[in-house]
Amino acid sequence: MTNPSGRFGIHGGQYIPETLMNAVIELEEAYNHFKEDPDFNKELTELLNEYGGRPSRLYHAKKMTKDLGGAQIYLKREDLNHTGAHKINNVLGQALLAKKMGKTRLIAETGAGQHGVATATAAALLNMECVVFMGEEDTIRQALNVYRMRLLGSEVIPVKTGTATLKDAVSEAMREWTSRISDTHYCLGSVMGPHPFPTIVRDFQAVISKEIKEQMLAKTGRLPDAVLACVGGGSNAIGSFYHFIDDKEVRLIGCEAAGRGIDTFETAATMNTGSVGIFHGMKSYFCQDEYGQIAPVYSISAGLDYPGIGPEHAWLHDIGRAEYVPVTDEEAVCAFEYLSRMEGIIPAIESAHAVSYAMKLAPTMSPDQTIVITISGRGDKDCAAIARYRGEDIYE
Amino acid sequence: MSNIASAFANGKAFIPFITCGDPDLATTAAAVRAAVENGADLIELGIPFSDPTAEGPVIQEANIRALSGGVTTDKIFNLVRDLRRDVTVPFVFMTYVNVVFSYGAERFLSKCKETGVDGLILPDLPFEEKEEFLSVCREKGVDLISMIAPTSEKRIAMIAKEAEGFLYIVSSLGVTGTRSEITTDLSSIIQVVRENTDTPCAIGFGISTPEQAKKMAALSDGAIVGSAIIKLLAEYGDDAPSHIGDYVRAMKEAVIS
Repeated sequence: MTNPSGRFGIHGGQYIPETLMNAVIELEEAYNHFKEDPDFNKELTELLNEYGGRPSRLYHAKKMTKDLGGAQIYLKREDLNHTGAHKINNVLGQALLAKKMGKTRLIAETGAGQHGVATATAAALLNMECVVFMGEEDTIRQALNVYRMRLLGSEVIPVKTGTATLKDAVSEAMREWTSRISDTHYCLGSVMGPHPFPTIVRDFQAVISKEIKEQMLAKTGRLPDAVLACVGGGSNAIGSFYHFIDDKEVRLIGCEAAGRGIDTFETAATMNTGSVGIFHGMKSYFCQDEYGQIAPVYSISAGLDYPGIGPEHAWLHDIGRAEYVPVTDEEAVCAFEYLSRMEGIIPAIESAHAVSYAMKLAPTMSPDQTIVITISGRGDKDCAAIARYRGEDIYE
Repeated sequence: MSNIASAFANGKAFIPFITCGDPDLATTAAAVRAAVENGADLIELGIPFSDPTAEGPVIQEANIRALSGGVTTDKIFNLVRDLRRDVTVPFVFMTYVNVVFSYGAERFLSKCKETGVDGLILPDLPFEEKEEFLSVCREKGVDLISMIAPTSEKRIAMIAKEAEGFLYIVSSLGVTGTRSEITTDLSSIIQVVRENTDTPCAIGFGISTPEQAKKMAALSDGAIVGSAIIKLLAEYGDDAPSHIGDYVRAMKEAVIS
């Protein structure tokens, strides 16, 4: 899907300071070497399975299916992975790669804290030093994850610049990488940033769609009619879509965080409100003003609260292969509560965006059709914030 | 010969950086004039960006002050047009690639040519990505300034061979900001540069004192100073131009001594 210079259509590229160029070239060379290396792949598969808990389950949500009265709903349970989200798939791959490259230190950005926790976990396992940058606002929204990262032996640096959210955490991690490259790998958490990150992260997350395909064929004998996933930077979504891109009959639907609505400024729905720009190392769609100043976006979900989207999604959007739909805070919170009561599964508020759109879509489809929703993470981390959203004053 | 070459025609150059609109455009205009009157050879004019990933805290804050003061790319072109009535030293814009891309490269560079901007520095546009902007820059006669970093190694020759205007040598790893010490082996880097181009090179990042500027200029063709000047703007606000004038005079004396 990607050409040698890391382009997806017009999107992607390597828009980074000269200081980092040799680092990304070195990373690309190492990745191209190790991705074909049987020992590396054996080691990674063993980590993913024995430590990460893969393959993750594909669960037929019969109660929800019956309640919505339409398509059969299947949940891809990435929430059951070790550390509670899909993030571990990418992190184990990158951390192992970094270790093979001789790096001894990982740095990472995190929004909801799931990628930070996953990176801190891999660092603990592989004896690496770890520093996680997290927007100060998010350290408050996701205080439990801050504690988890520290418990795992990582340093968490609250980022106070800009909107003090994910965008600023990425900027700060990039700044840190320019100051310390030789022993440090920037373990980027989503399918974004400069080439080769969007490709590396995509490849490590593609295990999700590989498994969905096998599991759906085993369970139903055919491919799903639609695959839904939430999209911030877009790593669980691209992972869920990747092996279906050539199966044109499968609808691929990315669910963006609309915050308080796409007709307000308090939104993070990049595809629905953004335009093409160049930021954080890549050409893609961004929420920005007419002068290219990046917009201070908003979503209740710290993990989707990002003003851009990965370049491969931008390309899938341009060629009409995937659809990107907005889901508001209120809709996501309703879906968070719905799935908890209906199936006894508390989804991450990020994943609840995809659940919400499935609740609209399923009744429009027939019972012989199927929808797969990727539950990218578990929602324990969100309970206090959702309670507060509903006016209950509980603190972690 | 581009207009930028004139900045290096009379001995070592001193190049101050000023974020446009910090705290307002009238102060920027006065600061530029004060710098030029006191010996600045070229002015780097920063167009603020919401998320300046190559900047340390001092210039990040200047960007925020400028943007919250309401400065825009169009207002900055008007500032340049006004300055060009009496200021002749070369001007180089320093901004982020999205600022140029979103304005439209063709439209942005036409405005540069029309108002009198001689060069463009985009720290997030490396050699591999420059083509998209280089063709338009050439068409409009604006030099696209390349950067060389302490980590460039084998890339130095490739970058130097295609350099135009001047080469911006990044003194240290990391982001902009004053440093007590610069430890990079800059003379080896500059030796490779000299073997590959006649384009002048100036060193920036981390320089604040006359001693550092003198040392850096001795190694190259000039010294670039940003954060130390921005600190004067942060401290003195619209009274900063006279302080900037004094500072530039001391730094210029140091680089030519």
